[in-house]
Amino acid sequence: MTDPILEFEDVDIRYRTEKGNDVHAVNDASFSINRHDYFGLVGESGCGKSTIADAIVGGLDANGEVTSGTIRYKGEEIQDYSEKEFNQNVRWKEISVIPQSSMNSLDPVMKLSNQAVEMAKYHTDLTKTEAIDRLRELFEVVGLSESRIHDYPHQFSGGMQQRAIIAFALYLRPSLIIADEPTTALDVIMQDQIIDYINGLKDDWDISMLMITHDISVVFENCDSMAVMHGGQVAETGSVVDVYDRPRHPYAILLQNAFPDVRFPDRELAVIDGHPPQLRGEVDFCTFADRCPWAQPECREGAPDAQAVAGDDDHQAWCVRADEMEELAAEHLEPKAEEESILGGGE
Amino acid sequence: MSATDPVLELESVDKHFQTTSSFVESVKERIFGEGPKLVRAVDDLDMTLEQNQVQGVIGESGCGKTTLLRTVMGLYDPTDGDIRFQGKSTSEFGKADWKEFRRKVQIVFQDPFNSLDPKFSVRRTIAEPLEIHDIDYERSDIEEMLEKVGLTPASQYIQQFPNQLSGGEKQRVAIARALITDPEVILADEPSSMLDVSTQASILNLLNDLTSEFGVSMIYISHDLSTVSYVCDEINVMYLGRIVEKAETRELLSDPKHPYTKALIQSIPIPDPHHKRERATIGGEPGDPIDMPEGCRFKTRCPERMDVCDRKPRDVDPDGDGERTVACHLYYDHEATAGQADEPAGEHTPETPT
Repeated sequence: MTDPILEFEDVDIRYRTEKGNDVHAVNDASFSINRHDYFGLVGESGCGKSTIADAIVGGLDANGEVTSGTIRYKGEEIQDYSEKEFNQNVRWKEISVIPQSSMNSLDPVMKLSNQAVEMAKYHTDLTKTEAIDRLRELFEVVGLSESRIHDYPHQFSGGMQQRAIIAFALYLRPSLIIADEPTTALDVIMQDQIIDYINGLKDDWDISMLMITHDISVVFENCDSMAVMHGGQVAETGSVVDVYDRPRHPYAILLQNAFPDVRFPDRELAVIDGHPPQLRGEVDFCTFADRCPWAQPECREGAPDAQAVAGDDDHQAWCVRADEMEELAAEHLEPKAEEESILGGGE
Repeated sequence: MSATDPVLELESVDKHFQTTSSFVESVKERIFGEGPKLVRAVDDLDMTLEQNQVQGVIGESGCGKTTLLRTVMGLYDPTDGDIRFQGKSTSEFGKADWKEFRRKVQIVFQDPFNSLDPKFSVRRTIAEPLEIHDIDYERSDIEEMLEKVGLTPASQYIQQFPNQLSGGEKQRVAIARALITDPEVILADEPSSMLDVSTQASILNLLNDLTSEFGVSMIYISHDLSTVSYVCDEINVMYLGRIVEKAETRELLSDPKHPYTKALIQSIPIPDPHHKRERATIGGEPGDPIDMPEGCRFKTRCPERMDVCDRKPRDVDPDGDGERTVACHLYYDHEATAGQADEPAGEHTPETPT
């Protein structure tokens, strides 16, 4: 499938600071999300993943700016849109957002039904009754009782608020939903249910999704393709199966091995030493070089170019040693022996 | 104390909170003869921590994990029940006993960003407990401890302030501060949950080495079963103030008995796109801790609900080998054990105040 809904091409995003040493939050980022695909963006805090989400809907802070590169939505360049153009053409109608802290993103002094009416007023020509009816239908979709549409947000528990937010995100039938850590604040059982709802939307609503998270297991389970970010650079992108089976960027490899897997409690976890660099000034080096067990002088001499991984479609790693990585990693890490999963059933 | 005695024992510990401190409300309750409304955050809880053992406690937010930790620490007085440290009940502790207890039982908090004093250097942070307990120390002792928790070279870290450290480094300092007084027990409250995955792994590995290297025991509290399984020998599953299942880690994961444990395990995402996981079928949220259902507290979400669930389940040993317990009616024959009948439903509801 080569029908991208959202494309990032060599995007740089900077935050200006008073002293003039700008923060280069995102550097030379390229990836694309296909129509009807769920795309996972993973990385640790401060790696630039939320900045990317903000840039897509024109929501960067006042000192933030896309300084070069193109962001295309359905083929049209949107990175230079004005506030008005974003409002008319993009926000809610085409791209909606499930924000990180749902508890804070509903208006606390407004009934949910009124919040829907307000949204309908600005973006549609629905009447008030139609607007409320539509919310009622959506409450059923996300598993909330429709009798609760006239409640205030504080009457809802965390998981219910998260579902209400999803209902609002679907309200104008967008083509792309950006979910920024949609379940981080929730307990495991609730997280699993919300993710299950989000998964169900794919076919029923024909949407694409950009799922931003630090939890690589959520991406591996629920997404079709993914990108791994480190220190403002995209490290690796490809389908989840390709990235899982044949990771070629050292960070992607170590991250996978650092993640606890409940099936194998005896497995030694990989440790990634150090922390990502401060992104002040020009980023003309690999930001992972200082933490990388396989770094070479050339890693610090220039930002790495994308290397296509042979045999896979759309699988790229931004590492100068991508070709050798398979052997290097095999020497460094304990092989994933034929461990037996200790979980009974469900296999 | 012999070498095989447990370090810490909790016996039927309760910690209840009143929901109102309003005078008018209390008078009303008296007049109408109702008991005060209670949040039974910890209810009839038993736990034994052996030497060198790591006991995990998992459960959803609001299940009473943190209350349990604070009660063990002595920050809350237990409403009922007995906590014994090295064989002596904390209710009989005098001032000197408490001081000794506070030296031997140390906490590592969830949030390293707030649990270190921002104006204390690493040296002062780690020296503080030693000074409080009048323990002589040299700078080299502190450096040695820093090296042990992986902050090398120690000379580089010793003069730094928390704002110069990353999250993982801060948590290592917090662990060093806990270990410096040579404690018997570490209480760890989700020590890795605020950290990024790459640092989380190193903290988990460090905690894993602690028990063997320093001979400490640990109670490790978390909501994340996948990290708990890396650290703990035994896991206690807590639901609305009660422990519903307790077993050795591998046994719990491979053969969970309680429907709640099963649901928890089924809800953990697996970092493998080839793995197809069966999702849990239970409802999403725990009930209200104030108006809790009588009998089994999980019955409102339980897929295996039976009539008998209106009675409080006993802890039973499903395999009969004395190594695990589960509090669920599914696992015992009610007629065969009729002599030791279940407690009637009303017994653990609040009594009227005396």
